[in-house]
Amino acid sequence: MHADAKGVLTGVHFLDGDHACCEGTLAAGARFSAGYPITPSTEVVERFAQRIPTVGGVFIQMEDELSASIAIQGAVWGGAKAFTVTSGPGFSLMMEHIGYAAMTETPCVFVDVQRGGPSTGLPTLPAQSDMMQAKWGSHGDYGIVALCPNSPQECFDLTVTGFNISEEFRVPVMMMLDECVGHMTEKVVIPDADKLEITPRRYTKLPPSEFRLYEPREDLVPDMTRAGAGYKFHVTGLTHDEHGYPNMTVETQDRLVRRLVDKLKPFSGDRALFETEYVDDAEVVVVSYGITSRVAQRAIQMAREQGIKAGKFRIISAWPFPDQPLNELAARVKAFVVPELNLGQMVHEVDRVSQGRAKVIPVSHAGGTVHNPEVILRAIVEAIR
Amino acid sequence: MNETALEAACQVEAQPQNPVEPFLRMDRMPHIWCAGCGIGTTVNCFTRALLDSKADLQNVAVVSGIGCTGRVAGYMNLDSFHTTHGRAIPFATGLKLANPDLQVVVYSGDGDLFAIGGNHFIHAARRNMDLKVICVNNLTYAMTGGQTGPATPSHVISATSPYGVFEPAFNLVQLAEAAGAAYVARWTTYHVKQLARSMEEVMKKKGFCFIEVISPCPTLYQRRNKMGDGLDTMKFYKQVSKLRNGAPTSECALTKAGEIVVGKFVDRDRPGYFEMLGTQMHETLGDRYAEPEVMCSEC
Repeated sequence: MHADAKGVLTGVHFLDGDHACCEGTLAAGARFSAGYPITPSTEVVERFAQRIPTVGGVFIQMEDELSASIAIQGAVWGGAKAFTVTSGPGFSLMMEHIGYAAMTETPCVFVDVQRGGPSTGLPTLPAQSDMMQAKWGSHGDYGIVALCPNSPQECFDLTVTGFNISEEFRVPVMMMLDECVGHMTEKVVIPDADKLEITPRRYTKLPPSEFRLYEPREDLVPDMTRAGAGYKFHVTGLTHDEHGYPNMTVETQDRLVRRLVDKLKPFSGDRALFETEYVDDAEVVVVSYGITSRVAQRAIQMAREQGIKAGKFRIISAWPFPDQPLNELAARVKAFVVPELNLGQMVHEVDRVSQGRAKVIPVSHAGGTVHNPEVILRAIVEAIR
Repeated sequence: MNETALEAACQVEAQPQNPVEPFLRMDRMPHIWCAGCGIGTTVNCFTRALLDSKADLQNVAVVSGIGCTGRVAGYMNLDSFHTTHGRAIPFATGLKLANPDLQVVVYSGDGDLFAIGGNHFIHAARRNMDLKVICVNNLTYAMTGGQTGPATPSHVISATSPYGVFEPAFNLVQLAEAAGAAYVARWTTYHVKQLARSMEEVMKKKGFCFIEVISPCPTLYQRRNKMGDGLDTMKFYKQVSKLRNGAPTSECALTKAGEIVVGKFVDRDRPGYFEMLGTQMHETLGDRYAEPEVMCSEC
């Protein structure tokens, strides 16, 4: 279905990534947000608080990130599309409810504008230090989707995509911005509402007597309902059967947890979002994401100018990791160079997929600014030696 | 048992079906609660309140946290949510804001609502969020084996206070009033009629309503403190309870063996969250303000 025009600010704008992300939430149909202020992410909800009263919806500033991250889930079960926004320390607090959203299959979006950590770290400076936390931060095995925009335009576009994925797969989606992407201002084009494809919630068409809240369809995703619709359903974070009733047997646990992970398998393959350039003849491929991909772009250009066959693989959907496309590359390149604003996180995934076929060279950075492209270039030169 | 309760029991037997059954998920019985536990009694009172208030059951949602009382949501034949520990109130806040037509009842325990969830409680009361909060206060963390909680009175023996509690406990009704609750009452599981009536009252009242129900945990609290079984606790409640409607909540603190002041302490009208939101937005945005409706695109 098309976007609800009420939330779509059609036109050409000059926006920073945080504001563009907010416009993405509105265009995607989000009419509820709960937040707690934290640098460098607060602009997203500041804009939402300003915009939503004329669009029709609610912003509530909660008492902490714990409550913000569960209030959005209450809103989702009340029928809204909802999201929250945070950065490192707040993201840490939200972990319990990322697990709850995954377990209860509550479609919602978490925007994490990453800053330097650990702990309070570098509140106003960039990092990509929450990449592993996005996937593994809550306890237990579960699946989430994480998207990494590298421009304000993508903050808009991918936020719409993120909401669509969350509805299609009934899964929490993480928008993994970083301080640079969140605060850089660029041209953002917002299309007409009828040019924006929006995935509606998968409300069941079955009558209450036949409906089971956690009975999956062929794609392993169950249809949904909402409070007040007459279904008298039960939602729990306990291990539950297809009715949604607590059922703490080994069999139910196995069936449920495997399904929560397996339903997202398409993102390791044909649903993976990524961008490649100069890979056809590449001997070395720089794998990067977010702001680092824009620095890497310069390094790749410099390498090409020196006659080095360097290519680009930009991760857009970081979780589930794009195994299949990188697996294909690993079979024919000499090396992967992986710059990240952390001491090595996604590089472990590249290494896992590469299985020793291509050399994997991390270019780590503790955060606070972006890489110098020369540093990435040096790694590229070293890689082909 | 008092006469009223006996009378109610007789009526139940005369029915072909227990009148509470339509309100419960009978396919989930038997429940997990121990013999002598008071939570089931409160659920009985709640179903009676649903009956008597003629609530539109399709629009009643129950939200629980974690713990013994946290299991109430799972047994109610309503839209029900068993959330994370301490977070029933913020979940309920989101639910209510997304669908203002819902009557949202938060049903949880003292540890859940006042220790790990204490911050959410005071802020929801401050906002006068339209939630009906029922706290079954068994004075301990029962699900995990009877540890000291924020409502455990001094000198009580618990799993984590083997030599006796020395920290002061929260006076829940005073806390609720101070934080801004529109309605505050306390009963024990001995006061089934009064409790059901209080629950019925809050189903009809706007704003943040709080009912504390003092309830036995014979397995952990009473046994460890040599206070007898469930029936002994009923006798104890009967003996020490003192009805004082309108009593200043500051005079209602609980002690291990002393008086339990019961009654309705607060019943006041404060503008609710939606009302305040609407007023402010109309004032500043005028006609540009788009009143939030039920946020369901597909229904």
